[in-house]
Amino acid sequence: MTSAAVVPKKRMSPRKRAALVRYVQYAILVLLVVVLALIADWGEIRRAFVDTGIASQLFPDVILIALKNTIIYTACGFAFGLALGLVLALMRLSSVGPYRWIATGIIELFRGLPALVVFLVLGLGLPIAFGVNLGNIVTVTLALGLVGGAYMAETIRAGIQAVPKGQYEAARTLGMTHTRAMVTIVIPQAFRIILPPLTNELILLTKDSSLVYILGMSLDEYELTAFGRENMNAFANLTPMVTIALCYLLITVPLSIVVRRMEAKSGKAR
Amino acid sequence: MSVAATDRAAAAIDVQNLHKYFGDNEVLKGIDFHVARGEVVCVIGPSGSGKSTLLRCVNLLETPTSGTILVEGDEITDPDADVDALRARIGMVFQQFNLFQHMTVLRNLTVAQEKVLKRGRAEATKVARANLEKVGLSDKADAYPAHLSGGQQQRVAIARALSMNPDMMLFDEPTSALDPELVGDVLAVMKDLASEGMTMMVVTHEMGFAREVADKVVFMDGGVIVEEGLPADVLGNPQHERTQAFLSRVL
Repeated sequence: MTSAAVVPKKRMSPRKRAALVRYVQYAILVLLVVVLALIADWGEIRRAFVDTGIASQLFPDVILIALKNTIIYTACGFAFGLALGLVLALMRLSSVGPYRWIATGIIELFRGLPALVVFLVLGLGLPIAFGVNLGNIVTVTLALGLVGGAYMAETIRAGIQAVPKGQYEAARTLGMTHTRAMVTIVIPQAFRIILPPLTNELILLTKDSSLVYILGMSLDEYELTAFGRENMNAFANLTPMVTIALCYLLITVPLSIVVRRMEAKSGKAR
Repeated sequence: MSVAATDRAAAAIDVQNLHKYFGDNEVLKGIDFHVARGEVVCVIGPSGSGKSTLLRCVNLLETPTSGTILVEGDEITDPDADVDALRARIGMVFQQFNLFQHMTVLRNLTVAQEKVLKRGRAEATKVARANLEKVGLSDKADAYPAHLSGGQQQRVAIARALSMNPDMMLFDEPTSALDPELVGDVLAVMKDLASEGMTMMVVTHEMGFAREVADKVVFMDGGVIVEEGLPADVLGNPQHERTQAFLSRVL
């Protein structure tokens, strides 16, 4: 009916054009890979990044000390952060004004500060100001927890508000108290909703745990990044960095898979 | 107090001079309303007439601005009233079902029995299965709500309310969110309940159900009760102009 249909033009059909665009994209990709492969100095790369002789000397400490410590620091920080985040989220939703203001203040403060600053204040500032030395594990837990908790509070609050109001009303109608309705009905559903952003936070904390290096550590307190830097300097070689990079992925990739499984499972209940 | 209290104890629900404002908007303008024990009362009226608000005031999902509500003689509008204990005696069914999405059908029916009535798991499960049987959904005990049709979800919601052994049931447009072919199953369950003598207050648009099952029909418009009486009178021979206009539109 349109003029294009009546007057034959020298134009490709949309489908052929889409196919052509796709071929061009493949061609660019292949070209990039080939160029990079040709200009790279493979011998040098192998010597500097994947020296198996150096890599084998890193074991088993990289796993038994560094990976283990990264996991412990992260787990402690996340556990504290999650509890703190939940408390802050409930305070944000409180009908008591001062609770809301305090929670908002804490959230804005620790969301706005770089994690490095929080580590410095807790690790170096507190001992000077109050003469208390908390020890590295406590400092890491507090610092990661405060930073992570501030972020998670907003996520959890959004999750709680995303649970339909009718769920809370139905619970109250059955005679549950406010607290019981929140604990049994609303919060479990909120956590299902926010599982993906919560996983993101856990992965971010895994990486932020490397900031513990500024506290100064004994050898058995090394986590992955500190371990990698130390050995990189010792061997004057980047292989330790590649090794610890793989260790980080060893944590985060299975985590993603587990959470994707959990999402699929709770998706069944939706 | 004592003489009046015994008189009123006869009524399951007794609403006196109830006013409800949302901001400056007066939704209920002085309602006097009661439901006798064992009675089925259907509340009809155009949307925005305040009928759902009235229902939600009866178990304090909405807080009345002023007025008195007595449930089986207990003044629930009294600030000292134990609202949670009271709500456990009043079953409620919502337009949107509001089944707990993260729990199986069976858990939906047992959770409040265990947490509120402090029944043991075995007893709660027994009660739940009996009520599922009653609404014809014994085979869905282990399903999640999302896997049920709207009509099935609403019947589970009724069974959930019944599992608390309530003295009365409130229905807030229970069939309005259902596909037409699913309405019948839900109404059949409600008819069974009525015939067993359950006290029921039903906000509904199902005129056929009101005519057949109700002991009393109440027509609301603009936040007041315009007309009330036997279904045959209110639906068959409405006296008020506004009732006539409404019925001519829906019948």
